[in-house]
Amino acid sequence: MDALRRTLLKGAGATGAIAAAIAAGVLKPSQALAAEWNKNAFEARDLAGALKGLGAGGAADSKDIVIKAPDIAENGAVVPVDVASNIPNTQSISVLVDKNPFPLAAHFDFANGALPQVAVRLKMGQTSNIHVIAKADGKSYVAAKEVKVTVGGCGG
Amino acid sequence: MKQRLSTLMAAAVMTAAFAVQAQQPMKKAPPPAKAAAPAKAKDGITAEFEKFREVLEEDNPAELFEAKGEDIWKHKKGPDGASMAQCDLGLGAGVVKGAYVQMPRYFADVGQVMDAERRIVHCMVKYLGYKEEDIRKQPFSNDSKTPDHVSVITYVAAQSRNMKIAVPQKHPKEIETFRIGREIFDYRAGPYDFSCATCHGSDGMRIRTQDLPNLRKPAEAIRAYQGWPGYRMTGGFMLTQQWRMNDCFRQQRFPEPAYLSDSITALLTYMTATANGQVYKGPGIKR
Amino acid sequence: MADPMKIRAQMQGDTADIRVLMSHPMETGQRKDPQGKVVPAHHIQSITATVAGKLVLDGQIGAAVSRNPVFGFKVKGVKAGDKVVITWVDNKGDKRTDEATIG
Repeated sequence: MDALRRTLLKGAGATGAIAAAIAAGVLKPSQALAAEWNKNAFEARDLAGALKGLGAGGAADSKDIVIKAPDIAENGAVVPVDVASNIPNTQSISVLVDKNPFPLAAHFDFANGALPQVAVRLKMGQTSNIHVIAKADGKSYVAAKEVKVTVGGCGG
Repeated sequence: MKQRLSTLMAAAVMTAAFAVQAQQPMKKAPPPAKAAAPAKAKDGITAEFEKFREVLEEDNPAELFEAKGEDIWKHKKGPDGASMAQCDLGLGAGVVKGAYVQMPRYFADVGQVMDAERRIVHCMVKYLGYKEEDIRKQPFSNDSKTPDHVSVITYVAAQSRNMKIAVPQKHPKEIETFRIGREIFDYRAGPYDFSCATCHGSDGMRIRTQDLPNLRKPAEAIRAYQGWPGYRMTGGFMLTQQWRMNDCFRQQRFPEPAYLSDSITALLTYMTATANGQVYKGPGIKR
Repeated sequence: MADPMKIRAQMQGDTADIRVLMSHPMETGQRKDPQGKVVPAHHIQSITATVAGKLVLDGQIGAAVSRNPVFGFKVKGVKAGDKVVITWVDNKGDKRTDEATIG
């Protein structure tokens, strides 16, 4: 299973065909990919557990991870977060919300020219730090930003 | 003084921050909370909200409902093979472009003024075989369902994006409906003796961190129209102007009007025609 | 069947800016319905994007991603006219694939 995933990501000759097969529904993504959903990391109930699940336990602090997110979110149901890594050879980015029931929100692997940058919108149950992990050349790096979540208000 | 008291009541009833709000404006009522000390901090929050509101609006999930509505409008057939191509929104059968910003208007086929939402539901019942009683069972979206007519309204509204509001005031019924709408706007009743005008009839009103538009002025009346139908962040569904109007009545502790009622059409006629000439930006995003 | 995605893909210099809106309830499994029953978790788990047949983004997400998810990412070394194909799969095995052309 991992072998297929790596083949896909390396962009080897066969990649196009496999991707096309997925797109055409010949090769079911549910078989090829969804089974690999990192259950240990996503179902961890605290930050340490999620980091462990990601294999990023000893991540080093980095100023080269840029997190764009509001200081105060208008609504915790939709918090826009844009993360980018300026660390050379960044292969993946993970986004975690420390105080959510399950901190790991999303994990992305980049390949074939994709820049290590992604915009997502997250649910936040309460004011919390957002931690971002970037992996490059087998090493993990981390940065954090606090987002305050407000409540209440009228219908607009 | 009576006006001032009701201003204070507006703050008192509608905000959980009762004590804070009530203490500060007590000395000099108008202009209310705007001049109060916390205003500066609140403006910082407002600026932060607006910055990220733009980010959210760039990719508004309302587009998903717009696409669904377009599909229904263009492809769905009624039991007799009819389609929305036969629906006249005021600019001719099947014409959608610019129709939203020109309603409410008088429709000769029914002999009455209809707002956009009412007209669209009328057409979906007439041509696509939807049952009005079914639509009335769930007129507004909730967590589990955004009804079809709400998606169609979103599509029609999007087809007036960046166009000027131009609600006609020619037919006697259009003029009469405007007048009735203005009366409803000013009509005080309910357990708190409120009217729409209590909060939206003069300058400088505020609830919590939100400043309230004076809907008697064209440049501010647009604010009651802008962003509707809106994608609600909480829950992730579309809400329409009819919902918004009902919610105003709920907040005033009035009994809520029946869906698609004449009183809402009249209010929308008054408020929308007041905003004539202002530019509508299309379906929005609401917290 | 799930509703279609909205995909926007536009060249900005030598980089394609790709943005996608997905229609999905993204239920967390933590919420209760009005009758007090827990609404079971129902969320997208996997997102893949290919450009011109090559996998560029392989994402795994949890229920903390907002309802009707929105994603944005950028790809270098592609050109206008290339086809973008995006697929999601959720925890119930439902899936949806849509495509767009880079403009």
